[in-house]
Amino acid sequence: MSEPFEPRIIAFCCNYCGFAAADLAGSMRLNYPTNVRIVRIPCSGKADIKQVLDAFLDGADGVLVIGCMEGDCHFISGNFKAKKRMRRAKQILEDAHIGGNRLEFHNNSAAEGPKLANLFNEFTQRIRELGPCPGKIDIDIPNAVAEEPNTQLAD
Amino acid sequence: MKSNSNLEKVLAAGHFAVTGECGPPRGADAEIVRKKARLLKGFVDGVNITDNQTAMVRMSSFAAALIVKDEGMDPIMQMVCRDRNRIAMQSDILGAAAHGINNLVCLSGDHQQFGDHPMAKNVYDIDSIQLVAMLKKMRDENFFQGGKEIKYGGPSMFIGAAANPFAHPLKIRVPRLAKKAAAGADFIQTQCIYNLDRFKEWMKEAVDRGLHEKVKILAGVTPMKSFGMANYMAKNVAGIDVPQEMLKRMKAAGKEKAKEEGLTILNETIEELRGIEGVAGIHIMAIEWEEAVEGIVKRAGLYPRPEV
Amino acid sequence: MIIAQQKPLAKIEEFLKDYKKVLLVGCKGCVTVCSAGGRKEVGVLASALKLARREQGDPIEVTEITVERQCDTEYLDPLAEYLDDVDVVLSMACGAGVQFMAERYPGVVVLPALDTTFIGVNEKAGHWGERCQACGDCKLHLTGGICPVTRCSKSLMNGPCGGSVDGHCEIDNDVPCGWQLIVDRLDSLGILEESYEKMIDTPDWSTSRDGGPRKQVREDLE
Repeated sequence: MSEPFEPRIIAFCCNYCGFAAADLAGSMRLNYPTNVRIVRIPCSGKADIKQVLDAFLDGADGVLVIGCMEGDCHFISGNFKAKKRMRRAKQILEDAHIGGNRLEFHNNSAAEGPKLANLFNEFTQRIRELGPCPGKIDIDIPNAVAEEPNTQLAD
Repeated sequence: MKSNSNLEKVLAAGHFAVTGECGPPRGADAEIVRKKARLLKGFVDGVNITDNQTAMVRMSSFAAALIVKDEGMDPIMQMVCRDRNRIAMQSDILGAAAHGINNLVCLSGDHQQFGDHPMAKNVYDIDSIQLVAMLKKMRDENFFQGGKEIKYGGPSMFIGAAANPFAHPLKIRVPRLAKKAAAGADFIQTQCIYNLDRFKEWMKEAVDRGLHEKVKILAGVTPMKSFGMANYMAKNVAGIDVPQEMLKRMKAAGKEKAKEEGLTILNETIEELRGIEGVAGIHIMAIEWEEAVEGIVKRAGLYPRPEV
Repeated sequence: MIIAQQKPLAKIEEFLKDYKKVLLVGCKGCVTVCSAGGRKEVGVLASALKLARREQGDPIEVTEITVERQCDTEYLDPLAEYLDDVDVVLSMACGAGVQFMAERYPGVVVLPALDTTFIGVNEKAGHWGERCQACGDCKLHLTGGICPVTRCSKSLMNGPCGGSVDGHCEIDNDVPCGWQLIVDRLDSLGILEESYEKMIDTPDWSTSRDGGPRKQVREDLE
């Protein structure tokens, strides 16, 4: 490769914490890499395994899921569920030869803009060092589209 | 008499019975069985031959029983429900009876998880109480379990079963003994007794129900060889209850005197067991320590064994 | 319900290695309820397989479908139209569903994505426990509603054996002794004394798997 590798990072951010913190980081004029693309979700508990796997299929090199601090979930326990679910997703990524370390779950409050900016920087660097997602086919964003929707019988 | 069993005769004559145990080897060497048998000869009224105990493959109980018989002793063959279905069991029973094996102890058997073949399929076609009932039906009614008549000679065997006064739930331990007696057990051998208080409690409940008159109860004992062995049994063997004070005594004895202390404790235990109403004898399980049996029996004043 | 769990991905990858196009069929019956082979699990497995094969440089096409049940032909019939375009069917149903699919389509290779584990219940979220072995001769009326065939490691009809300590089975401290459960239950119903000493007869296993593959016919429903 002539150009240095720049990873593509997807950050699934809970609306009440990660997303607000990213916003705060912006207002505070803190820099974080353009590699990170934020997907706003209503709660980290909404992030499911399939979504994470598909992010990798669609060209991501690393995925972050950001949930509220423990005890602060707007939906009581969504962040705990997300944490356990992402642990399983990491195992599946490991089994699929992608590497579980390309996925991380973090708790980050809405007030912690600098902490999130820092995480984005560090995670991007970690993935940069890991290199592209194994087997990745270069997809030209924004032309990349999701897989065909599931065909359902008798739905 | 229900059988030609020496044990049955000893018990019927009102003697305090003594049985021993011989674990068959993990190999085909008959000499090992003979050696063990010779160590017990003259000191016991019958020798239990274990059936793949702790679910480890060993020489079959049936075959080892024949070797013991050949040594001039009365073998007590054990049969577990883990490895055979009722067809194989009845067939082995007929075969054993044909060879003059007069005693059969009916057991559930340790789960294969304990042994070196945890991947094996277990059978458990019938349970130990149903095995007792099946053998009784074969012997007393001349019928197979399936309902057909035994035309060529039923097995005359003295029927044994096990009881563990220390396993849980405690409240059904005597009712379970009653079930075995009702199913047709002639004698019972118990799990190794260390906790005499609990054993007395169990025995009293059994005597109150008159069970000692329906079935002869032999109290199981095992000499402790070392503190390590005692501690292992106390902690790791399900259904064995070793009181703290006994562990302390074994520990205090130190390495050199451990065997001696173990035998002293055993002698005291036998002494006490003989005084408990309903105890018809003892079953000495000197596991891999058969040479100790002579001393145990003599020290307890149970030698010579009666000729009946 | 029937409980199942997905086979390790490596195993599935191994038996799919010569195929390029897979029809991955989920089932909306038991395996959906136990989160092993419903629509959601079909989606996850499809993506995981695609990632794994892409990494090997041998991409695989996975078509995802989840049918009402794989143990009824009426829900298998509509799959016919997909079969021309695939090399193999990977079924996420229980063992019965996988076989019925194979029976329905004699010319198609049908492979199992799950291991069927037992007939059981959802003890709490994420935990399943075995309750029935389908022996064909239910004895629950004799044992206070707790099955000795299933819950006792030795299937003793007249338990417990001498290995029951503190409510545990001798095989593992995490396995409750089935007979301790039975005794406790009979006790709490106030019928321990009269029930316990009744000997449960030698079972007739001919109604179980031992009698050969079982069949059941209801003429009124034919």
